[in-house]
Amino acid sequence: MSTTLADTTVDRDAVALVIKARRRVTRRIALVTIVMAAGVVFAFSISLAIGDFRVPIWRVLPAVFGSGHPEEVFAVQELRLPRALLGLLVGAAFGMSGAVFQSLARNPLASPDILGISAGGSLSAVFALTVLGVSGLALSLSATAGALVTAVLIYILAYRQGLSSYRLVLVGIGVGAVATASTQYFWTRAHTYDAASVAVWLSGSLNGREWESIRPILFMLVVLVPVTLALGKQLKTLELGDDSAKAVGIAVQRARAMLLLLGVALAGAGIGAAGPVAFVAFVCAPIARRVSRSPGPPLLQAALLGSILVLVADLVGRVALPSTEVPVGILTGLIGAPYLLWVLATTNSSGQGD
Amino acid sequence: MSASGRAEIARLPRPTDGEVRHSANTGGADAQSRRQVRQSAYALCGKGMRLGYDGRDVVADLDIEIPPGQITALVGANACGKSTTLRALARLLKPRDGVITLDGRDIHTMRSKDLATKIGILPQSPTAPEGITVADLVSRGRYPHQKWFRQWTNEDERVVAGALDATGTADLADRPVDDLSGGQRQRVWIAMALAQETSVLMLDEPTTYLDVHHQVDVLDLVVELNREQQVTIALVLHDLNLACRYAHHLIAMRSGEIVAQGAPDQIITEELVEGVFGLKSKVIEDPVSHTPMVVPIGRHLRF
Repeated sequence: MSTTLADTTVDRDAVALVIKARRRVTRRIALVTIVMAAGVVFAFSISLAIGDFRVPIWRVLPAVFGSGHPEEVFAVQELRLPRALLGLLVGAAFGMSGAVFQSLARNPLASPDILGISAGGSLSAVFALTVLGVSGLALSLSATAGALVTAVLIYILAYRQGLSSYRLVLVGIGVGAVATASTQYFWTRAHTYDAASVAVWLSGSLNGREWESIRPILFMLVVLVPVTLALGKQLKTLELGDDSAKAVGIAVQRARAMLLLLGVALAGAGIGAAGPVAFVAFVCAPIARRVSRSPGPPLLQAALLGSILVLVADLVGRVALPSTEVPVGILTGLIGAPYLLWVLATTNSSGQGD
Repeated sequence: MSASGRAEIARLPRPTDGEVRHSANTGGADAQSRRQVRQSAYALCGKGMRLGYDGRDVVADLDIEIPPGQITALVGANACGKSTTLRALARLLKPRDGVITLDGRDIHTMRSKDLATKIGILPQSPTAPEGITVADLVSRGRYPHQKWFRQWTNEDERVVAGALDATGTADLADRPVDDLSGGQRQRVWIAMALAQETSVLMLDEPTTYLDVHHQVDVLDLVVELNREQQVTIALVLHDLNLACRYAHHLIAMRSGEIVAQGAPDQIITEELVEGVFGLKSKVIEDPVSHTPMVVPIGRHLRF
């Protein structure tokens, strides 16, 4: 016996009200997504256009595909495209990762940079750089692996018959502190030349990355982004709490483990490619949620916003000071730190987190 | 619903004096329709259940059956294991031992999504994500009916509208859940469970934190669901008198065991109330519904 709400004559007005209420939300989300996607294209184009050699912005996208002045094509394709593409990918990876974490933990503090997952990736990378002497692709992969291992460690330490959001945050901050301290130990022991590269790497930078360092993150995102988006509906339902999610048929433990893994892998991909670009994962999802004024994890919107943020911050870092370049992570840190203080100051009073 | 809901109570098929309740057992047209429902409804049973949290067992070894097509109320003192039992029957809590079957099938071998189209539960004090609208929340009850390739259909729309309509919350559709009163919020949560279109619906203390008007409202709604859509209902209730009035079948529990079960007017006695709640009382007839009414005797009769 399937019960019969649909069979009984449902009040037409009620149907109309439901359609209206739902449409308002979906329209808003669609609008926000389109505007953000346009923003990504714009930031990407600007980033390709501006530099020592300026390319008019309307000729940038054709130049990407090889049509136009040979010099412009060279500047865009060879000099700037890898960097801009990397910024796009790294921002998307961090943004989406943060959205997954914050939604899973129902806590705006639970992003990979606060939880110590970035710190774990950094430790692994600095260890690989200073002790093992690796660079390039191997360095990227060791950072990604370090992030994954740290996440597993935090999960094991925080797990006690389920995962409480505050225990996760506290354990994560603790593990992050240990990782940061160890990072500094290896850093102080490093040779001067290595120590300088560690400093740049730790602040999160897109400088001097070649196609070689783009390929791993590109491949990872091609897999991770669609899978994460496909699980978005489960993530959205998990926000109702474990009991209600189970009640509507989510296999809660399995869904959460898979989403955690995806979130960590996304963050790991970003860290491997550009280092721990500060606070991108932390700020994007809450802003996206606020702008789209709708509940539910803003996976796609946070990813788009992450791309915009990293591209713009990198551009500002490149042109702000005439003689030198400011790593992108320092600029995102400048944006993120006040926001972190604000969240810490207001979290309990608004009853977020549990 | 409120206006028509309150009118509904007058139309409830309450037996007149002297008549045995549960005409299902005595024949007649009502019994005929009930019997048909029974044949098509799912039988939910727990056998040898051992349930608990952390190191502690709340329920040691319990057999329980929720009669299909009826309203069953679990009653008992605080911490007697009634909510735990309900949670286990609704697969929110995995039993440490024992098996729970729906129509003879172990519910823990069924796919969670399939099971969610058959058993619905409204957990105790659920929390809505910040800023969610009523329509959005209720829509999430459609999750078990959706496939990845077929996301949102007219059917989903109709069912959600029907659920809102049945709970009298349609005109709240685009309001944020945070803005609603306790009674409205509870009805919205029930609407979400209704949108799941299950034939078994469990409610864990659905009337807690509600004033008496809204308590009666929610329970009237439960009766309508049971009568009009043949939903099997199991609920945990604190108010014994409301349980007697609204349930066909009462299960009284104490320390994880069933002390008595059956129709309220057949099992509720002064001895049972004292045994289950440790409270001296007088049991009289409810002047409105003619079901048993428990009048507690405290240590002070007047102050």
